Amino acid sequence: MTQILMPALSPTMEEGNLAKWLVKVGDKIEPGQVIAEIETDKATMEVEAVDEGTVTELLVQEGAQGVKVNTPIAVLDGAVAAAPPRQETKQAEKPAAREKATKQEQPTRISTPTPQPEVEAPAGTQTLKLTVRDALRDAMAEEMRRDESVFLMGEEVAQYQGAYKVSRGLLDEFGPKRVVDTPITEHGFAGLGVGAAMAGLKPIVEFMTWNFGMQAIDHIINSAAKTLYMSGGQIKSSIVFRGPNGAAARVAAQHSQDYSSWYSHIPGLIVIAPYDAADAKGLLKAAIRNPNPVVFLEHEMLYGVEFEVPDVPDWIVPIGKAKVRRVGANVTITAHSRMVGLALKAAEQLAEQGIDAEVIDLRTLRPLDSATIIESVKKTNRIVTVEEGWAQSGVGAEIAARVTSEAFDYLDAPPTRVHQVDAPLAYAANLEALALPNVDKIVDAVKAVTYR
Amino acid sequence: MGQAAAKANGKHTAEAGKEELLQYYRDMLLIRRFEERAGQLYGMGLIGGFCHLYIGQEAVVVGMQAALKEGDQVITAYRDHGHMLAAGMTANGVMAELTGRSGGYSKGKGGSMHMFSIEKAFYGGHGIVGAQVSLGTGLAFANYYRGDGKVCLTYFGDGAANQGQVYESFNMAALWKLPVVYIVENNQYAMGTSIQRSSSETHLYKRGVSFNIPGEEVDGMDVIAVREAGKRAVERARAGEGPYLLEMKTYRYRGHSMSDPAKYRTKEEVEEQKAKHDPIEHVKKLLIDAGHATEDGLKEIDRDIRGVVSASAEFAQESPEPDPSELLTDVYIDA
Ligand SMILES: Cc1ncc(C[n+]2csc(CCOP(=O)(O)OP(=O)(O)O)c2C)c(N)n1
Ligand SMILES: [Mg+2]
Repeated sequence: MTQILMPALSPTMEEGNLAKWLVKVGDKIEPGQVIAEIETDKATMEVEAVDEGTVTELLVQEGAQGVKVNTPIAVLDGAVAAAPPRQETKQAEKPAAREKATKQEQPTRISTPTPQPEVEAPAGTQTLKLTVRDALRDAMAEEMRRDESVFLMGEEVAQYQGAYKVSRGLLDEFGPKRVVDTPITEHGFAGLGVGAAMAGLKPIVEFMTWNFGMQAIDHIINSAAKTLYMSGGQIKSSIVFRGPNGAAARVAAQHSQDYSSWYSHIPGLIVIAPYDAADAKGLLKAAIRNPNPVVFLEHEMLYGVEFEVPDVPDWIVPIGKAKVRRVGANVTITAHSRMVGLALKAAEQLAEQGIDAEVIDLRTLRPLDSATIIESVKKTNRIVTVEEGWAQSGVGAEIAARVTSEAFDYLDAPPTRVHQVDAPLAYAANLEALALPNVDKIVDAVKAVTYR
Repeated sequence: MGQAAAKANGKHTAEAGKEELLQYYRDMLLIRRFEERAGQLYGMGLIGGFCHLYIGQEAVVVGMQAALKEGDQVITAYRDHGHMLAAGMTANGVMAELTGRSGGYSKGKGGSMHMFSIEKAFYGGHGIVGAQVSLGTGLAFANYYRGDGKVCLTYFGDGAANQGQVYESFNMAALWKLPVVYIVENNQYAMGTSIQRSSSETHLYKRGVSFNIPGEEVDGMDVIAVREAGKRAVERARAGEGPYLLEMKTYRYRGHSMSDPAKYRTKEEVEEQKAKHDPIEHVKKLLIDAGHATEDGLKEIDRDIRGVVSASAEFAQESPEPDPSELLTDVYIDA
C-alpha cells in the first residue's frame, strides 16, 4: 500500500487546491499517468502517479481548498513499487541539515589559492632596462615558446602588432594560429577563449582596453570564474584576460575606468595589477602558468616607462605577494599599478617633512596579501590607501575593513582612502586632474592621519 | 546543397536497422522515464530551484549522438538532462546532482543546470542563455588548434537564437572554419514567448546565411531524420569545411520549468503534438511495423528502464549531502 502525497509544483508552493480527480477508486494506474489537477494561486498543474497500482481510496475530495504540500491525497494498492516514496523521512531530515549548514561559521575567510613559492633574483643578478610594454611582450613570448598550448587572441594583436604595440613581433615568431586577430566581438571571443580553456588550451585574451572588456564580463565571471566550482572541480579554465586598465589621458569617461574592485570582488578569479616592468614580466609569466582564470590589469600610462628587470632566464614573480617598495616607520601607504609611482613620490616629499612612509605595492589584488599590510600597520599604526578607482566598495574600502578588524588596537588614526572623485571622469584637462589621485592628495592624506 | 540556407526536402529516406532502432528506442525512453521521475522527485521536494525537463525533445539528442564519434564534445544550456544521458553519463550521477547530493556529477554544487563530464566530453550545463554558444565555439577552436579531428556539438534554444553572442560566434566559426555544429532546438517557446512573438525571421536555419553557414530544417521529432542531418553536418565540420546550422523543429511537452503553468499555449496544441508527433511512439511504430519487436518485447525494455531510473532515484536520495567542508573547495586550483 502506498500513499500519494500532495506534491509541490514550485519551489515556493506550500498548499494548493485539488481542482479535479482524473481517476477514481478501482482504477489501475501507471507511473507517469496524470491522476489529478491541482491549482495554486499561480497555476493549474497536473499530478502524475509515481507508482503502478490500483487506487483504493481518495483521501481528499475534488474541490478541496488549501491542501498542504505532502498531505496524503490518495491510497494506492501497489504492485511492485520499485522506489517506495520516502519523502516523509527525507523531508524531516532536511530542515536539520539546512540549519547545520547555515550555522556553519560563514566564511569571512576569503578563498585563496595556495601562494606559490617565492622566487627571488639571486644576489648579484644583472638587470636590463626594459619598458613595461616590452616586459609584457617578452613574458608572452617566453611562455609561448615554453608551452604550445599558449596562444594570444584579441583585436589588432597580430598584423597591427597590438593597439598599444604590446604584442609586437609575436605574429612573426608564432604565426597566425597562435596570434589571432579577432573581429570586434569581445563577448564572443572572450567566451570562445573560455571554451578553449575548458578544452585544455591556455589562452591569453587581450582586451584593447578593459573598458571594452565589460562587454565580456559575463564570460569572465559566469563562465571562467564559476565553472570550476559548479562542476565540482572538473572543469578548469586556465586563461589570462589582459589589457590596459584605468584612466589614460584625456579620453573621457567611457575610456577611463578602473576595474580593480570589480574583478577583485569575485571568488574564482585571480586579479593582478603590476606597477613596474619586473613585476609586469614576472607576474604575467606566473599568470599564464597558473591553472586559474586571471584578470591582468595593465596601465597604458606605464607601457612606455623603463624599469630595471632581472636578467635571468625565467623570471617569475609569485602571485599573491605584495612588495614593500619603501620601508618606513610612520605611516603605511598601499597602492597598485600606476598609483605606486605616485605613492613613492609622495613618500619622498613626506620624508623631506620628516614623515617616514612605508609604501606597499599590492601587485596582486586577489588573493590580497593581507599579512604584509597588517604587519606594516602594526608597526606604523596608520594607513592611507591609494587607488585610481572610486571609493565605494573599492580596494581601499576592503583594506580599511581588514585593517580595522585585524589590527584595530594598533591604529592611531582612522584608515584613510585616496581615490577618484565620485563622478565619471571628465574630458577637460583641469577637471580630469581634479578628479584623479595625485601626489598632493596622498601627502595631504598622510598628514591627516599623522596629525601634522 | 550550396552555401546558402537550404531546406531539406520532404521526409527522410534513410533506413535504420533493427538494432539501431532498438537502441534509439531505449535511449529516448530512458530520457523520458528519467525526466518523469525527476518531475516526481521535484513534487516531493527532493529537487529544488529550477528544473527544466526535456520530455518531447528526446529524438534530437539521441539522433545527434548517433552521428558522433568518441571524443566529440557536446555543450548545451540548462535543459540538459537528456544531453547528458545521451552522452552516456549515468542516471545515478545526474539524478544525484538534481537532489544536490555528493554523488552527483558536480558533487551537489551545480544542480540541474550545471553538470559536466570530461570523460564523456560533456561540457555543461550552462545557465546563461546563449553563453554556451561562445563556449562551444571555443571548444571547437581547441579542436582546430590541435588538429585532432574532433567536432563540437553546440546546442541552444529558439530563445537563445536572439542573443548577440550567437552571431559573434557564428562569424568567428565561419571565418576560421571551426569544427562546430550548431543545433537550434526550436521547441517554439522561450519560457512563455512563442517564436512568432520573439523573432522577425522564424525559420532559424536561415540565421547563418550572412555568415555563409549552411542551414537545414530538420524534423526534430524523427530520430532518423535527425541522425541523417547530423551526419551531414558533422562530416562537413570534421572535414574542415566549417560550421553548420541545424534547426530542429521540436516541442517540449512540459512547462518551461517546474513552476510554469503554461498558460501561453492551449492544451489542444500540446495534446496534438503528443498524439501525432511523439518521437518515441514513432520509433515504436517503426519497430512493430517492421516486425523487429512486439508490444511485449517493448514493455520489457520499458521495465528495464524503469529499473534503472528507480535505482537512480534511490541513489539520489541515499547519497549524502555534500560535506560542509566542500563549501570552500573547488574555488581555486592550487598552482
Ligand atoms: C542571459 C539570460 N537571460 C534570461 C535568462 C532567463 N531565461 C532562462 S531560460 C529562458 C528562455 C530560453 O528559451 P530557449 O532558448 O528557447 O530554450 P528552451 O527553454 O526552450 O529550451 C530565459 C529567458 C537567462 N537564464 N539568461
Ligand atoms: Mg525554446
